[in-house]
Amino acid sequence: MVIHTGAEAPTSGPRADAGAGRPSRRRPGRSGVRGVKAHTYPYWFYVPAGVVYALVFLVPTVISFYFAFTRWTLFESEFIGLDNFRQFFSEQSLVSGLRNTLVYAVVTSGLKVVIGMLLAVLLTGPIRSRGLLRSVIFFPVLVSTVAVGITFSVLLQPDVGLVSTVLAKVGITSPDWLGDPSTALLSVALVDVWKGVGLATLIYIAGILAIPKDFYEAVDVDGGGAWTKFRNVTLPLAAPATFTVILLSLIGGLRSFDLIWTMTGGGPGFSSDVIASTIYKTYQAGFFGLSTAGNVVLFVLVALIVYPLSRYFNSREVQS
Amino acid sequence: MRTFRRTSLEVVAVAVALVVFVVPFLFMFLTASKDESESSDLTFSLPTSWMVLDNIKAAFEASDGMLFTAFRNSIILTVVSVTILVVLCAMVGYVIQRRPGRPATIANALVLSGLIIPPAVVPTIWVLQQMHVFKTLPGLILVEVAFNMSFCVLLFRAFVAAIPRELDEAAMIDGCTGLSLFFRVIFPLLRPVTITVVLTSSVFIFNDFVNPLYFLPGDENATVQLTLYNFMSQFNTQYNLLFMDIVLVTVPPLVLFIFFNRKIVAGMTSGAVKG
Repeated sequence: MVIHTGAEAPTSGPRADAGAGRPSRRRPGRSGVRGVKAHTYPYWFYVPAGVVYALVFLVPTVISFYFAFTRWTLFESEFIGLDNFRQFFSEQSLVSGLRNTLVYAVVTSGLKVVIGMLLAVLLTGPIRSRGLLRSVIFFPVLVSTVAVGITFSVLLQPDVGLVSTVLAKVGITSPDWLGDPSTALLSVALVDVWKGVGLATLIYIAGILAIPKDFYEAVDVDGGGAWTKFRNVTLPLAAPATFTVILLSLIGGLRSFDLIWTMTGGGPGFSSDVIASTIYKTYQAGFFGLSTAGNVVLFVLVALIVYPLSRYFNSREVQS
Repeated sequence: MRTFRRTSLEVVAVAVALVVFVVPFLFMFLTASKDESESSDLTFSLPTSWMVLDNIKAAFEASDGMLFTAFRNSIILTVVSVTILVVLCAMVGYVIQRRPGRPATIANALVLSGLIIPPAVVPTIWVLQQMHVFKTLPGLILVEVAFNMSFCVLLFRAFVAAIPRELDEAAMIDGCTGLSLFFRVIFPLLRPVTITVVLTSSVFIFNDFVNPLYFLPGDENATVQLTLYNFMSQFNTQYNLLFMDIVLVTVPPLVLFIFFNRKIVAGMTSGAVKG
């Protein structure tokens, strides 16, 4: 809100507008270039969106940095300094939540990059059923996460679940995917990949189709095979798609909550708790200050990982 | 020989992909069609008798028609939020693209922050409480609008860039300014991207679980995703009804996808790439 009041003033900064507009072929008179801009592209167009965004997103984000340092009942708050953060980093369940968040984000985005790339190469190749396959792989992206979570928690049940029965037929004894603390988080991560890899695949397909055919023809002329094409043309030239996929899945993975919550509820024990689920648990238990501290930790974590990474990716893209 | 190897490799790859991505949906549908005792086996098999219609009826009748309320709420939530999003974000996307300068720089930075920063939950509840809209549908609508805004602005901004400025100027010379210029000249031209925004954000909002969980909690006045989650604990023995719910909740996105496949894909990928 504070930021947007500045934007309302129609006369702000002629400097800023100078050179931005096209050379004016307009009739002289009227109210000059500046007035024309203000009439045609009024800054108050920002206001309705800005008010909602500021009230429901900016204000809560800003005040979270105060309430994270308080004991808070929603009606009154008492400043307690760093106590919430001390608690956050000393309780075993919360510390493992931090580690699990990182593991989950890295595993899901890594797998989405590799599998998405492979599927995209397959689906840009000369195969007949690629239209159908693209749709089939993409559709899970549009399905409710809760529905996917419930379905897979049934499919992954020990003994009776479809996954265990199929694996048993080929002689593999499957673990209790969601019931064993050592596999629970990774099982959920795999389901996350199943649901999300379609978007990664489509981003890669768009990236691969944008590569000029000449590059591949050049490899043909040099007598290189399919592997050379992939290694020396597709892989480097699809780098922007890789950056996008990594950033998107990291942002999604770090704040991931719904799939974990429906499949394991953070359990068994705290073995699949992530920051987002501890935020919910502490909120439910009425520790609003602590919950908000969790939000601040998540904010800092996302900023520390995503911001430098996107700077790095941008600089790489400018170079290439 | 080489083409033969290639073809067989292709067949295997396609078969694996089909099995992995289609079987879970088949499982949903088959379980939703079984009777109660058969569905509790949790096996992947054809039902001995198809109970599709009975199960649909039973699912809607369960818990005093909770699912009816939920569908009504979800539809209201989706339609109202998406309408507001389209109007507000089209206006922002237009000015942000057409009028570079400090305000646009700030607005662009805010759009990016909206994409990256995880929303602060309890402070948002506090703000909604101050506005007396916590645990109400209007409150949840505000939340959905605010949290989906960045994505929609990005889509509109990219599309406005492709509309020639000469059009604005021509309209201006005809005496159109501000609102009337925008809604009579520009907004109709945005139709293709508007459809994309409507489709993608409808799917996001209809499928959203986290925000209703925090901002519209409870059983009676829930959204479909919440009832699905609540049914999971309630219908422990009635897997057929649980999976019928899953099927019912999956049908709306499926219908949209069948009819607007290309639009949805375009929206999701271009929004992603340009972000």
